[in-house]
This record gives sequence, structure tokens and C-alpha cells, in this order.
Amino acid sequence: MAEREQIKRQAPSRTDEESVEDVPASNKKGEELKAELDDLLDEIDEVLEENAEEFVRSYVQKGGE
Amino acid sequence: MALAKVLGLETEYGIIIRGSTEPNPIAASSALINAYVAELSRRVKWDFEDETPGRDARGFAREGAPPEVETHLINAVLTNGARYYVDHAHPEYSTPECSTVREIVRYDKAGELILARSVQAAGRLLPPGQSVVVLKNNSDGKGNSYGTHENYLMDRAAPFARVVQHVMPHFVTRQIYTGAGKVGCEATGPASREVSFQLTQRADFFEEEVGLETTLKRPIVNTRDEPHCNAQKYRRLHVITGDANLSEVSTFLKVGTTALVLCMIEDDWYARAGARDLTLNAPVNAMRRVSYDVSLSEPLTLADGRSMTALEIQWEILDLARKYAEDRGTEAVGDAGAGEEILRRWEDVLTRLESDPMSLATQLDWVAKYRVVDGYRQRHGLGWDDPKLALMDLQYHDVRPEKSLYARVGMEHLLEAAEVERAVTEPPETTRAYFRGRCLQRWPSSIAAANWDSMVFDLGGDPLRRVPMMEPLRGTKAHVDDLLNSVSSPAELLERLGS
Repeated sequence: MAEREQIKRQAPSRTDEESVEDVPASNKKGEELKAELDDLLDEIDEVLEENAEEFVRSYVQKGGE
Repeated sequence: MALAKVLGLETEYGIIIRGSTEPNPIAASSALINAYVAELSRRVKWDFEDETPGRDARGFAREGAPPEVETHLINAVLTNGARYYVDHAHPEYSTPECSTVREIVRYDKAGELILARSVQAAGRLLPPGQSVVVLKNNSDGKGNSYGTHENYLMDRAAPFARVVQHVMPHFVTRQIYTGAGKVGCEATGPASREVSFQLTQRADFFEEEVGLETTLKRPIVNTRDEPHCNAQKYRRLHVITGDANLSEVSTFLKVGTTALVLCMIEDDWYARAGARDLTLNAPVNAMRRVSYDVSLSEPLTLADGRSMTALEIQWEILDLARKYAEDRGTEAVGDAGAGEEILRRWEDVLTRLESDPMSLATQLDWVAKYRVVDGYRQRHGLGWDDPKLALMDLQYHDVRPEKSLYARVGMEHLLEAAEVERAVTEPPETTRAYFRGRCLQRWPSSIAAANWDSMVFDLGGDPLRRVPMMEPLRGTKAHVDDLLNSVSSPAELLERLGS
């Protein structure tokens, strides 16, 4: 662990300004994150193939590379 | 001095015909590619005859009798310089040769558009009730895998043993950002039953350290030695460990970090910089242990007895690459900005993997997939073996935009949509793919064959005329554009080339 910390400190061009634009998702409030994921899962539910079991079973790939 | 890294990506796509009683994947792959190529040629003619060639022909649907569907193995070379063909039982798209990492991402994404349009075109030819599904992934979840292979031009003079020594720990540990994620496990053994979700599609399928195979006993370092160019000078390193990425950031890092590692190997930087040996004690086992460890904390034993996590090894390789870039520059991977972008993104991703992996849910495929699959599992109280989750895993990779889960999770784009669209038909300007693509655009009926390292022209009565292209960085726009613009026929081109 200590070794890795040292490596990171040595990395010369690691500047804060480069990461200012990207606010990590985790900086958002927990509730906001959950709401986002809920909306996304609703949307995904609408596009998922109808018969999951049949789709997964029929997807067989043989031969390749 | 490291060689300029000419780059290529080959992707075998998964394919099934839904609603067919006797699905034949080879016929389906041929039909898919034929449908695309047939529609292209119709479109060319249509554009040619039309007085408004700027009009958009996409969405053009032809009614009436479907063209005859051929079932022999198809091999098409596209005007963007790519190869689109049937490999065993899969449609495969090989990008044209690219000279920068951004460019390879662009042509890889163009491949997804080509496959999506092929699905549309084939759909119009299938009997009612049938549809074709194409996935950009590497496994069917039942123990069958198909590949995404990276290709890097290298200096033949770099000793292969040195290549093996230094790429091995990189291939094992880069999985933490190159993985496309997978629900479950396809390896055998007691440990595999504990794996509900893993970082990569491919780790389950590697059994050897070094070897020639790609379909059984797959090795971490593949020794296929077929450079498709001057074999005295060059080697093409054929890398088979990677996943098919949808994420532009994942592809960018997969290729970018590897290109830098290869530059360091060519310049013997590991020895010159006094780097500590990162050789792993049991690399095949380590491939899986890294992939199975979503917490990224699994310690790996090195040959010298040390114990390091994949993240720690990646930090060490990055540190070495930074020093290399400062000392030697990164011209081999593009202009100064290109090298700096690889290093900056590499560091950003490692930093966030260390502090909060879920903050990369719009950057990395495996994190994006894990977030939605795990979210769905918790919402509905499902077990990890529920078919719904396996379906989500597959559907993340569906090339149809209306079905793709990847398209819905808000992933970061490195490229404008228009740049990717252009790459569907226009070749890269900085490699020999430019000559290939432009010739195919202008004189498709005079080209008998187009290969990576040659073009064969058929000018009618004469014997076929072959133009060798043994140097991947010749035949670029800068080299041949004036010539191509100044000739009016392929015969004149060949005369000027002295072929």
C-alpha cells in the first residue's frame, strides 16, 4: 500500500484541474443516484427481450477465432 | 527508437436467427454481410443515377423479390479499408490499419454501425417471423467464446522473450479497465461456482501462457506470426486476451496502454529504467483471479515472491510509462497530445478504480454493466442465476440501438457521432488503408482482390496486375492523394505506379 501511494505522489502531471469537470457519480447524493438508477432500470425494463429464459437458452455460439 | 504503432482490431460478433427452426450461423453470417454489401451497391447505383446525390439514401427500403442469398463464405473489403467477412460461424469486422489510438476507436465504433445496418438490411430479406440478433461480445454464457483480437505493428528486432516477459503482467492486470463484464462463470472448478459477476468475458478461456492457438488451449500471449507486411522488418503482435468493448474509454485504454507498453519493450525501457520484474508466478490462474475479483483487492504472487494487486501492478506500469514518455517521447503512438491523453486517462481510471469504482459507471463497460445488472437484481430480489440477468448481460452488447443496454447507460463518448459516421465509408488518411479505400471507392469493378498487403487490379484482357503494399505507413493521403487525383482510370494509375 505505502509503495503505491509513493508511486502516485511521484506521478508528475497529476493535477486537480484535469478532473474538475468530471464530478464522480459518487459525489452526488445517495438519493439522487438511486433515482437515476431507478429511471434507468424502468427504461431497461421496457426494452428487455420478452422471454428471457428462451432468449438466453437459444443463444448458442459454436466455432470462432 | 520505438516503431510507429500501426493498430488494428478484429471483432467476431455473436449471431443468432430468432424464429428459425434450423438456425445455421454460417448461413446467417453470410446473409448478414451479403445484405449489407448488396444494399451498399444498390445505394451506389441509386446515388449515381439520381440527380441529387446529396440526398440521404439510408432508410431506403427495396420492395419485391429478395436477392439470392449466397451461403458460401463471404469476404468483402469496404471502402473504409476494413475487411468484413465470415470467420467460422461469425460475422467478423477487421478495422483498417490505423496510426493513432483515437483512430482505432473511431473505426471500431464504425464497425458497430456497419453491423447494425447489416442487421436492418438482413431483416428485410428474412421470412416473416424471423429476425437476426447480433451481439458485440465474446461468450454465449455456455462455454463458447469468440474473439476480439488486437494487432500492433512491432519492430522485428525486439526479442520475443522480452515481449512475453513484459506483456504478460500487463495483459493479466489491464483487465480491471478493459473488461466488458460478465454475469456468472464458464470455467470449471469449485471456485467458479462462487462467481456471480466477473470483470471480463474472456478470462475463463485462457489455459496456457504462450502459444499459437486461438480456439483451444488459448494462450495469454499468442505467437501467430503473420505480419501482412515486410516480415524482415516487422512483427504483428496478435493479442487475443481482450474483450469486445462497447465503451470508447475502455477500447482507448486497452489499445493505448498496450501500445505504450510495446514501445517500452522495443526501447528496452524496462531494463534501462531499472524497473522491477513484474513477472507473475502463475499468470493463467492470475487472469481468472483478477477477473473474478470485483473488489479489486486480490493479491497476486510475483515470481520474486512479492505480492501485489492488479491495481498496484498497473500503477507500476503507468509510472514506468510516464518516465518513458518524459525521456523518450510518445511519437510512436501519435502526436504529443495522443500520448499525454493515454497517460492522463490511464491515471484517472486507476485513481477512481482505487477510490470508488462505481464512479466509472459511464466510462468502463464492466462497471456500467455491473451497475444495471446488480441494480435490477436488488430491485426485483433476484438470484444471480436468474435468466433476466443473463439476458441483460447479453443485451448490453446488442448492436441494434433500440435494444442495446449499452446505448442507454449514459456512456462517455470520445468521438463525435459524425466522425464515426464518416469512418463507415471513408478510410483513415495516415496508413496504406487510404490507398485501398480510395481505389475501392473509385474503381470497384476493376479490383479483383484487396488484401492487407496488396491490391489486385483486373483491367480486362491483360493478366491481373498486383500492387504490393508491404509498408503499412505508405499509401497514405500525403503519399498518394495527388497521384489519385491526377489519374482518370485504373490503367493510368498502374502506369504511373510502374506496376
